[in-house]
Amino acid sequence: MDSHAINDLKKLLGADAVLHRPEELLLYEYDGSVEVARPNCVVFPRNTKDVVGVVQIANRYQIPIIGRGAGTGLSGGALARQGGILVVFSRMNRILEIDVENQRAVVQPGVVNSDLSVAVAHTGLHFAPDPSSQKASTIGGNVSENSGGPHTLAYGVTTNHVHSLEAVLPTGELVRLGSPALDSPGYDLLGLFVGSEGTLALITEITVKLTRLPETVKTLLAIFDTVDDATETVVDITARGITPAACEMLDGWTIRAVEAYVHAGFPVDCAAVLLLEVDGVREAAEQNAEDVADVCRLHHAREVRVARDARERDLLWKGRKNAFGAVGRLSPTYYVQDGVIPRTKLPQTLRRINEIGDKYGFEIGNIFHAGDGNLHPIILFDAREEKQFQRAVATADEIIGFCVEMGGSITGEHGVGMEKDRLMPLLFTEDDMNLMRRVRDAYNPTGLLNPGKIFPNTKGCGEIHVRPLPVAGVSRA
Amino acid sequence: MSTASATVSSRLADIVGPSNVVTDPTQLAAFAIDDKTPSASVSPQSTAEILEIVKFARKEKLAIVTTGARTKLGIGLPPRQYDVALDMTRLNRLVSYDPGDLTLSVEAGIPLHKLAAILAEHHQFLPLAVPYFDRTTIGGTIASGVDGPLRQLYGTARDYLLGMEFVTGEGVCAKSGGRVVKNVTGYDIHKLMIGALGTLGVITRINFKTFPMLSSSRAFIASFQTVERAAGMRNRVSQSHLAPVTMEIFSPGVASLFSSETAFRIAPTSIPENIFSGSRWIFTSGFAGNPNALARYETDLRKMAEECGAVDAAVLEGPQLTSAFALKREFIPVALSSSPATTILKVSVLPRQIAEALSAATREVESRHLPWVTMARGVGIIYFAILPTESSEGTKQQVVQASENILSSCAALGGHATIPWCPAAWKNTLKVWGLPRADFAQMLKLKKVFDPDGIFSPGRFVGGI
Repeated sequence: MDSHAINDLKKLLGADAVLHRPEELLLYEYDGSVEVARPNCVVFPRNTKDVVGVVQIANRYQIPIIGRGAGTGLSGGALARQGGILVVFSRMNRILEIDVENQRAVVQPGVVNSDLSVAVAHTGLHFAPDPSSQKASTIGGNVSENSGGPHTLAYGVTTNHVHSLEAVLPTGELVRLGSPALDSPGYDLLGLFVGSEGTLALITEITVKLTRLPETVKTLLAIFDTVDDATETVVDITARGITPAACEMLDGWTIRAVEAYVHAGFPVDCAAVLLLEVDGVREAAEQNAEDVADVCRLHHAREVRVARDARERDLLWKGRKNAFGAVGRLSPTYYVQDGVIPRTKLPQTLRRINEIGDKYGFEIGNIFHAGDGNLHPIILFDAREEKQFQRAVATADEIIGFCVEMGGSITGEHGVGMEKDRLMPLLFTEDDMNLMRRVRDAYNPTGLLNPGKIFPNTKGCGEIHVRPLPVAGVSRA
Repeated sequence: MSTASATVSSRLADIVGPSNVVTDPTQLAAFAIDDKTPSASVSPQSTAEILEIVKFARKEKLAIVTTGARTKLGIGLPPRQYDVALDMTRLNRLVSYDPGDLTLSVEAGIPLHKLAAILAEHHQFLPLAVPYFDRTTIGGTIASGVDGPLRQLYGTARDYLLGMEFVTGEGVCAKSGGRVVKNVTGYDIHKLMIGALGTLGVITRINFKTFPMLSSSRAFIASFQTVERAAGMRNRVSQSHLAPVTMEIFSPGVASLFSSETAFRIAPTSIPENIFSGSRWIFTSGFAGNPNALARYETDLRKMAEECGAVDAAVLEGPQLTSAFALKREFIPVALSSSPATTILKVSVLPRQIAEALSAATREVESRHLPWVTMARGVGIIYFAILPTESSEGTKQQVVQASENILSSCAALGGHATIPWCPAAWKNTLKVWGLPRADFAQMLKLKKVFDPDGIFSPGRFVGGI
């Protein structure tokens, strides 16, 4: 990278806000995915003006720019695929305003997801999107990826909780999209920009919706001796019109990995558990908990436990949310997939995943958002062996292909990024993708912002899709 | 018929068959928008036919307005040019419905009430309780961006729309999203089509998430002496753990509005008279659940109403509930039918500013002796209807002045307002799309991508897009 550009960045931000020596950049060549790409420099803006300045420098020297929060993403969204300036928002981490009465908060993009909920907890409110990475991932990252999480089953994903954005376009224009008051006249630009995976703008401020914490929460653990019984239970709960706040499934393999690490109290001899949560006013939550338990028993649940207090509830969730960390102890590397299927297809899809694993000789763990059909099969492999790595990718591709065959999607919450760009044609025609590319080009005309993401490279230059990692990835779903 | 329009209709007839093209001026009057009538209407039955029509229109520089049940064509500015009405009512199939997955895919021309009947067989529904419910199509509902009382609990279409197929102004069929309930693959282009009045594309197919039908429901209704007290009740409920299905505040004038003939056709069962009293503000909130939950809501709401100074309170169920809900849903058509020059402002503010925004608006109309009535949703969306007794130039000036001041007072509160409904002849004087917007340049960029030649509804949308 041009040393003049580095000097300009240092002049703008101060020397302590610019990293460019190779050893400093090492940390930033990863995110939570299995991808690797090293930026030419990393900058830490402190405010919107800094971000505009960085964008102007990038334009002056024609260098790519890529936004990044905590780097917990699972699709390579925050990696500098073609090098360039990585704009890390960790110093823009202030909660600017909390409006309890109107249930809104204004935050900088670097605010950590769970920090916002902690900050407003005393008011009885919280920020509902709860990706498992929430203790590390930033709201800016959540907005860029339109993150989900266990409780999005009932509460909706990130896009349902954003009122307004301030953002810097790759041209350097500062824009404000949406508004704290609802139904902004004109096209829903806010809806377009949320979830655009950092390809349309760098987000500098976010107005989010705060949701009231429920009066009553009932957390249930249903234990099953067969995977089929567990998946049939999910299908039946949905069909009966019960919408739990969360409906998570862990298979036996994952449970054993989790128990060895977290000691959440999951029975290690079962085939699957469902972690179910219902909430609302006391009268409704109690009834729903009974109804859900009845459906579990109808499908031969060996046991249905109800968490007696907050401590028991937290422990169960700790098991779920730390599952990927637990898996990381078992294998040098793992690959988490993010396919979505119609919920009625859960039983056959899990059986098929098992068969695909056998075919390629991998053990595949399953821990996922069963309630909305969002699968996270985990393929354990050793990335130091190139062949094993390629086989893992082939396994994942076959699973995703099956999800699409079932009428599903290639990603439910992790994003396309640089991981799944080549799979986009499974869902979209050339016409579909061309229109999306042109929308991108309308706001990102020089392509300097986050290049090489979402859309497959039309030139087919034979770029290697993913490169093996030397060490265990720490991933969160 | 001119030679040019004869050529147009014959080419359209080649695409869809002569029986699906209308050129008779009497029949075409039904497709008029403001002062403009198209030279033909065409009713395709497939996306392939729409592609042909759009390609032809583009080549011939014809302006297309996509129509459904034609209940909301009055929204927006008059079209700059209007040659062909693209009537979507024959594209009305249910493409797929998976009750077990709670997902649905439909063609744009399907009437909303028909769809509701299909879903009801499986005890499911779409939370689109929108005006003109018994006539409107799903495509028209989405393209016009109208809302309904259920948004209190369910949000708006953007919250449960899963994907869409559409035809762009370049005659390309494209799609976005998918048919599963959780999906982040590609850009959410479909959200852009909501409320865009068809200026970005012709919506051909829409995928939705459906919802389990609510168990028993009831409505709580209470009257208050002042708007502040009624709004106070709204605030009290929103601070509680209750999660009501609907929540609205009505102004005193609603009593006479809801006793009109149009209102009676929509809702034959009347609501207790002592509740919709002429001089009081009304708070209403629907709630649902099992018998224990219903009892809890009723007890809590009554207690809150008392604390907030309610004069009267009642709980509606059965036919009364159905009537009250229908009236809430159909507030706009009822208001439109009750004056020769109904002008409805859609005002959006933060929920806590409802009373302030309403007081400011009320001052503007009362000082000009203009009759008015209003419905404010608990989420901060206010429909403020000015109901002049006649449509003279003098009255117009009064309405223009009042609306301008309401737009400014709303902007001063940090909100925004538009005038979706008003007499056609007033549209060039009233600020139909509200005050100029800073993000307009970003909207133009999109229009250029989707419809570079401007053949879709030219001039009707924000900023004359």
